[in-house]
Amino acid sequence: MSNRLINVLVPVISIILGLLVGAVVMLVSGYDPIAGYIALWNGIFGDSYAIGETIRQISPYILAGLAVAFAFRTGLFNIGVEGQLIVGWFAAAYVGMAFELPKIIHLPLALLAAAAAGAIWGLIPGLLKATLKVHEVIVTIMMNYIALHLVNALIKVVAKGGFKTDKIQDTASLRSDFLSELTDFSTLHYGIFVALFMVFIMWFILERMKLGYELKSVGFNENAAQYAGMSVKKNIVMAMVISGAFAGLGGAMEALGTFGNMSTRAGFTGIGFDGIAVALLGANTPLGVVFGASLFGSLKYGANNMPNAANIPIEIVSIVIALIIFFVACGYIIRVGLQRIGKNKEAK
Amino acid sequence: MSGFLDILYFIVPISIAYAAPLIFTAIGGVFSERSGVINIGLEGLMVMGAFVGIVFNLFFVDTFGDWTPWVSILVAMLVSAIFSLMHAVASISFRADQVVSGVAINLLGIAIALFSVKMIYGKGQTDFIQEKIPRFNIPFLQDIPVIGPMFFKSVYGSSILAVAIAILAWFIIFKTPFGLRLRSVGEHPMAADTMGIKVNRIRYIAVIISGGLAGMGGAVYAQTMTNDFGHATINGQGFMALAAMIFGKWHPIGAMGAALFFGFAQALAISSSGIPFMQNVPSVFLYILPYALTIIALAGFIGKANGPKALGDPYIKGSR
Repeated sequence: MSNRLINVLVPVISIILGLLVGAVVMLVSGYDPIAGYIALWNGIFGDSYAIGETIRQISPYILAGLAVAFAFRTGLFNIGVEGQLIVGWFAAAYVGMAFELPKIIHLPLALLAAAAAGAIWGLIPGLLKATLKVHEVIVTIMMNYIALHLVNALIKVVAKGGFKTDKIQDTASLRSDFLSELTDFSTLHYGIFVALFMVFIMWFILERMKLGYELKSVGFNENAAQYAGMSVKKNIVMAMVISGAFAGLGGAMEALGTFGNMSTRAGFTGIGFDGIAVALLGANTPLGVVFGASLFGSLKYGANNMPNAANIPIEIVSIVIALIIFFVACGYIIRVGLQRIGKNKEAK
Repeated sequence: MSGFLDILYFIVPISIAYAAPLIFTAIGGVFSERSGVINIGLEGLMVMGAFVGIVFNLFFVDTFGDWTPWVSILVAMLVSAIFSLMHAVASISFRADQVVSGVAINLLGIAIALFSVKMIYGKGQTDFIQEKIPRFNIPFLQDIPVIGPMFFKSVYGSSILAVAIAILAWFIIFKTPFGLRLRSVGEHPMAADTMGIKVNRIRYIAVIISGGLAGMGGAVYAQTMTNDFGHATINGQGFMALAAMIFGKWHPIGAMGAALFFGFAQALAISSSGIPFMQNVPSVFLYILPYALTIIALAGFIGKANGPKALGDPYIKGSR
């Protein structure tokens, strides 16, 4: 079996295993897994409205996945996507609300603000990693909580004691009447194009730019990159900043497209953590992220149909997603298994 | 001056109550990480403990009466220990990325708990428990002036247990053969293996201990603070415990100290509006204090915090 085939098979097997174990969980809990998965399917593809909402859900997942994947390529684990997304959400919501500008300036400005906020949130762990060798995983986790509490406090300031910011101006909105009518008045917005454009940007940086070459080199072998004359420190910081910017844009999807404002939150959105799964499943490639995001976005949105149609708690999908991450993490053992099967066939 | 003392009488007990669950969980983290296995899954393990603790308490309150909360803690410990086996198998035997596996444990913990709550109760949170963890007055010690009422009057039984466990953990890790093996496996597994120590077995034990302690932490938190279980019952306590472990430099007593300090920050955050000279400090600063301090500690501004050397590396026999 070729390495390439195995690389594709590992995530596929993980997804199948995840869905299978999910079915077992449903069976053991006294639910009908077939009815459950049919309800899930209909929730995703049932009608044009569902499809519109599913695509809408996929946009932030693409950006969160890109953020995790981009950092991964430089050998960094950015668990802070969640926090970067939250500050991006707030920045976009604030700029969208507070300024009055023509659309052609306002919308890009709001997107830029989100990217900048996320980038700053990524800069801090990047700098600490580059200069003081502080492990980015712990710092980004802590930055997540700082983002959550800080943004909650800022929302209260902006909303003068209230719990949500005012709606953004129309000039900053990603909402689209055309896309909405096309999908039976779903909340589908232009964000998906922003997300896909960023997929292209990531591909372009990694495959067509000197910067991307250096970033990947640092990811493959820090020392070799150093000896080749690249600045490891600069690349670590750059990777975290760009990764944070992707995540911040993910927040902008929610601020400028889906919700149009931001409310104080008791906990995380979960999008950032699911971004880890998206990136892992997509093998940290731009195109892979699109597939991963499509899967998780669909699962997340389709799950809403499960309580009504099959009377199954929505959390079953979270269980399935967590299991898929777990199985992808155990990729080594799946790989070993596949290689054994391959060898047995050759022997015969 | 008496006003200041009154504030302390008010705030120190709350701090200790907030700190106790963190102490359990952080010490769990110490065991796992000292053996070389990163455990970001503490949050998910705590969620599992909180969920099991509350549900067991609700179901068996008639059977065990006054003892219910204690039995609940025990059961939560067992279930979380079993749950942590997933992390152990993935990161020790299957050589998975320990951080990714930990993330999966976190997601899985909350998902299983909420799924089960919806299945059992048909709504997002459980009912409230009737039998909470009791408070005690410690004889003699409570009569000491100033310190007595602050530390020894109406303390949760679980807080006493937390301190006892911290001391026990210190003894185990630094004064017993098992502790020596645990530390050697986390620092230099190959050397340990050469000396005949079963690296993977020690690591399995360590991860299971961490799961059990995190489960206790979750059950204690739920049965002292919230008294029910819902999606926001455990909201970052596991990560705060992780922070306490790092802030305490991977030392049980240090972790306890850090946990107490973080508990103090939380207590200040929720009660700052009632304290004269704290009224003008926005509570957000107190909320983010533990996290900010951890970053500062890691950056080496408060003495260098270095983790065990082999942290995060699966041990592969025969490879150099």
